[in-house]
Amino acid sequence: MSRLLRRSYPLAPQRKLISKARPVSRFKILALLPLAVALSGCNYIVLAPAGDIAAQQRDLVIISTVLMLLIVIPVTALTVVFAWRYRQSNTEARYEPEWDHSTSLELVIWSAPLLIIICLGALTWMGTHLLDPYRNIGRIHADRAVDQSKAPLEVDVVALDWKWLFFYPDYGIATVNELAAPVDRPINFHITASSVMNSFYIPALAGQIYAMPGMETSLHAVINHAGTYKGFSANYSGAGFSGMHFKFLGLDDKGFDAWIASAKSAGGPLGRAEYLQLEKPSENEPVRRYGTVDSDLYRLILNMCVETGKMCQSEMMAIDAKGGSGHEGLNNTLPLAYDKYARRGTVLGPEPTFVAGTCTPDAPQGKTTASITAPLDTAPLTGAGLKRPNFAPLKSSSFFLGLRPKSDS
Amino acid sequence: MTVAVNPSQTGEPVFYLADEHPHPEGYSTSLGFWIYLMSDCLIFAMLFAAFGVLGANYAAGPAPKDLFELPLVAVNTSMLLLSSITYGFAMLTMQQNKIAQTQMWLAITGLFGLAFIGIELSEFAHMIHEGATPQRSAFLSSFFTLVGTHGLHVSCGLIWLVTLMVQVWKFGLIEANRRRLMCLSMFWHFLDVVWIGVFTFVYLLGVLR
Amino acid sequence: MSPDLLKLIFGRLSIDSLPLHEPILVGTFVMVALGGAVLLGGVTYFRLWGYLWREWFTSVDHKRIGIMYMILGIVMLLRGFADALMMRAQQALAFGGSEGFLPAHHYDQVFTAHGVIMIFFVAMPLVTGLMNFVVPLQIGARDVSFPFLNNFSFWMTVGGAALVMASLFIGEFARTGWLAYPPLSNIGYSPDVGVDYYIWGLQVAGVGTTLSGINLICTIVKLRCPGMTMMKMPVFTWTALCTNILIVASFPVLTVVLALLTLDRYVGTNFFTNDFGGSPMMYVNLIWIWGHPEVYILVLPAFGIFSEVTSTFSGKRLFGYTSMVYATVVITILSYLVWLHHFFTMGSGASVNSFFGITTMIISIPTGAKMFNWLFTMYRGRIRFELPMLWTIAFMLTFVLGGMTGVLLAVPPADFVLHNSLFLIAHFHNVIIGGVVFGAFAGINYWFPKAFGFKLDPFWGKLSFWFWVTGFYLAFMPLYVLGLMGVTRRLRVFDDPSLQIWFVIAAIGAGLVFLGILSMLMQFAVSFLKREQLRDVTGDPWDARTLEWATSSPPPDYNFAFTPVVHDNDAWWDMKKRGYQRPLMGFKPIHMPSSTGTGVILAGLATAMGFGLIWYIWWLAAVSFIAMLAVGIGHTFNYHRDFDIPADDVIRAEDARTKLLAGAK
Repeated sequence: MSRLLRRSYPLAPQRKLISKARPVSRFKILALLPLAVALSGCNYIVLAPAGDIAAQQRDLVIISTVLMLLIVIPVTALTVVFAWRYRQSNTEARYEPEWDHSTSLELVIWSAPLLIIICLGALTWMGTHLLDPYRNIGRIHADRAVDQSKAPLEVDVVALDWKWLFFYPDYGIATVNELAAPVDRPINFHITASSVMNSFYIPALAGQIYAMPGMETSLHAVINHAGTYKGFSANYSGAGFSGMHFKFLGLDDKGFDAWIASAKSAGGPLGRAEYLQLEKPSENEPVRRYGTVDSDLYRLILNMCVETGKMCQSEMMAIDAKGGSGHEGLNNTLPLAYDKYARRGTVLGPEPTFVAGTCTPDAPQGKTTASITAPLDTAPLTGAGLKRPNFAPLKSSSFFLGLRPKSDS
Repeated sequence: MTVAVNPSQTGEPVFYLADEHPHPEGYSTSLGFWIYLMSDCLIFAMLFAAFGVLGANYAAGPAPKDLFELPLVAVNTSMLLLSSITYGFAMLTMQQNKIAQTQMWLAITGLFGLAFIGIELSEFAHMIHEGATPQRSAFLSSFFTLVGTHGLHVSCGLIWLVTLMVQVWKFGLIEANRRRLMCLSMFWHFLDVVWIGVFTFVYLLGVLR
Repeated sequence: MSPDLLKLIFGRLSIDSLPLHEPILVGTFVMVALGGAVLLGGVTYFRLWGYLWREWFTSVDHKRIGIMYMILGIVMLLRGFADALMMRAQQALAFGGSEGFLPAHHYDQVFTAHGVIMIFFVAMPLVTGLMNFVVPLQIGARDVSFPFLNNFSFWMTVGGAALVMASLFIGEFARTGWLAYPPLSNIGYSPDVGVDYYIWGLQVAGVGTTLSGINLICTIVKLRCPGMTMMKMPVFTWTALCTNILIVASFPVLTVVLALLTLDRYVGTNFFTNDFGGSPMMYVNLIWIWGHPEVYILVLPAFGIFSEVTSTFSGKRLFGYTSMVYATVVITILSYLVWLHHFFTMGSGASVNSFFGITTMIISIPTGAKMFNWLFTMYRGRIRFELPMLWTIAFMLTFVLGGMTGVLLAVPPADFVLHNSLFLIAHFHNVIIGGVVFGAFAGINYWFPKAFGFKLDPFWGKLSFWFWVTGFYLAFMPLYVLGLMGVTRRLRVFDDPSLQIWFVIAAIGAGLVFLGILSMLMQFAVSFLKREQLRDVTGDPWDARTLEWATSSPPPDYNFAFTPVVHDNDAWWDMKKRGYQRPLMGFKPIHMPSSTGTGVILAGLATAMGFGLIWYIWWLAAVSFIAMLAVGIGHTFNYHRDFDIPADDVIRAEDARTKLLAGAK
């Protein structure tokens, strides 16, 4: 990575030029965009962000636009000029009905876009690597390197139906629909989801990345200016999607400490049982804070094994990597009692099940279903908060093979 | 399709065919069928890709080495390979215009195909009975779907084979029927090729994994 | 009746499945029912059923099938656009605590249906219809390679459209977005019939699309008239060839991915589940491996249309034919190497992302070359600003903007801030409306006189043009702006009041487009009434260049009395230039395929099977499936599918044309 950085060094002066010249020249460049006519008064957060990563991404947006305008403007102008000049009524213009080839012109029309794409491609290659959301950030600001002595802020993000849960593992607190970070301190986000795919996006801070169940994505960013910003899910996730936004607070160090302290004192506990309540679909959730948080909870959410007795994905993957668990593995599923998951109710499939975890001290095999701490609510949850279709499969005595009664029908 | 387009012979350019012959019946069929086979090939390619992605996700369940019985699969493979050979004989006898022998070879091909389907179904039944259902893990989902889709194709081929045998019996080895037998032959050999892929990538490599 | 028996007969269909509680839907249903009753009554009153059945529904004539595709596309455009209007109205209203007029349950269906309908049942039929109508004429063929298959393909597309339309009044449509990403589209989060309608609608239509792709490839490869080498094919035929290759090489992927989703939803397999080792990411990859080529499936024929139109109305040979062809082929190949740019934000590594970003940018090189080729076709031409040319100029000015924002979105870091935003929405509408829709309209205005024998009325056409173009800019430029403000797509309500003005402007733009659509319908009506004034008897109203203009308008069933021989890529231009004399004698009987109702029946059964599977009405699905097999096999027992048009009929048709041509002079 360091070699890559060095290689990209020649680009730095160029970028500096653009960032130094703000805000005047930025607006000059923007004025080239036909859209940006009515700039004043509006909040073009993507073009005027408050975090360094988003600012660099904005720079790339503008540089690429300018590069492309080099070809787009001539084409547009030529279209208008040619259309006007060679109109039928203009008999003075030359008319050459058989002229259909010119090697030199062909060379130009292939090479001009090619050259621009070469520039843009180089820019893309470097920009993509430098702004890879998985990469630790190298600078706080255009002219400030990261202070290596200060640890970055770790935040674990979970997209729930339809709210956001943030864990602060270093501080032992968690919040719903409110995120805070101190100005100029790098933030490392680890992002997952509980049920469906979402996208974690704070336009003022940095570009988005998907939040997916059972998987973890990362984002590294920093906020440079104090303020309150919008964050939301940028990937449609069901009925409550419109209300799935949160406040992102950029605070100075003191303000951040106060915020942490207030969450610690004001908030209640968040353990596995509370989480299973929380993850149920709900819309337009208010801000919530939790002062005492099960430190293992995020790992369990990520591995989809908050329910006691369920095998964690990490364990499952370890077993799979060793070649599965053989014929014994055929018997380690248990009927689903508590579940928000999908597999309930497939019309031709068997009873939904889950893979039971292997023995652990707090959940010995055989006791698993009994020890579920979550409320045993078998009422099915449909993603959209709607009633289920009133279909129940036929009895197993029917002539359709494979149809068995479902627990929820 | 060799037409004098060169105007120099008469001096006048030729702009239309005064004396044309319509394209023979089935002129585009073999090309069309090839393209269809390629699109079908893409279906299998996607199912192979799905198996490639999910094939090791056992969900802490059984792996291929616990489930597959290679001797049985080998027998099954030989059924399909033999059926391809017998179909080849059917095509050879068709070219010699021997209806009865063609029908016989087609029937033998069909029997081999049936045996293949039978063995495959019994294998599936055995696995499901053990509890290794398509629902048990993503590996099993993709296995059943890939192998099942192949089996479904063979079944369709069998229905087609019977239809063609009836048509040959009713109308003889007329041009249209020869063309149809040719198409089915391509289809049948195509399924053979796909099966070789299944046997290699799913069964052999699966057990080795 | 016992509930078990009811379930056996109706599956999960019940009175509750009808959306009687939704006043908008009830109102729509009443309107549609009334309109439908008037239409059906009219057809019955004028005793048109027999005519329609014999001459249209069962016809295997590529020209009629092409026209039916266009009608399907325009009818579905009305439905898809009604959805667009509802979305624009909802987003313009839902501010300051207002919930707008659409609840989430309805709104989420509306945007899903809008996307699905516009792509699969508007853009695809329009493009397929034009290819079907034009390609055989352009290559001097009498019909496509497999005429029966062509009819069957069309009716399968109709069947898919019918299923999607049925979801409006029976049950509901998917609430997942137009690509139905799991886990959201899986059974747990979408347990109702919406996604099943989506799946079966697309599967039924997809079979038709794939078969029509195979059909047109064979037609172009095998049925070109003598002298027409590959490098003498008209550019539209070239783009049609590439598009159909893309169809055949991408629709099976859609078939598979939907089939796997079906298995997940019906039997509980684990392809795209969160648990048991399934991978929702695989769905996203697979569907875009189909989805990106799909974009080029739509836009390549539009490029072909623009090439034909520019060359014709500039009165000039197309500049850079060879590079045009190579550009098309390069785009075809590259379109398979870019699918990941639809989800840079899924967290692939930087190298993967930049690879796909750069391949995407590379596509802009051949596209740019095409743009220049059109430009230099106009250069030193004599440009007639007839309607097709107006649409082409509008396309060139609009498409460069859409192309530019597209390349911008291909830069992964830029995509991180613009992905899924209204900027993206503005971009793809910019290329799809500015490219495909404008192209289809250029094509409709260009080939309409060929299909019907009279031109389209220019006044209403121009009105429609200006409404569409200004409406488009008003509707989508604000979305670019909103995207830069960080507003994401598919939102139903907003809390920032400063955004409202932009949504209001966009809604006004949509209203203008609506006027554009109405003007277009008026254009058809007025042109039909004024058809004698607008009549074209020459068969070549635009002084055009390719072979389809060599025959009469509308062309006879057999297209060409004698198969043409081609010496130049502007074949008809060449013929006109070198004093081609239309043959007046020596006509012979012409061998043609006969009509058949099998396609209609098979597609109807497939649709019924789809309906049965959607509602778990197993008996219906099984019966339809068995009936399909029986009808299909039965059809193969019919060995006599062709007939000869007697020489007398050919002579009569050609004599009539001779008289018309003499009258024109």
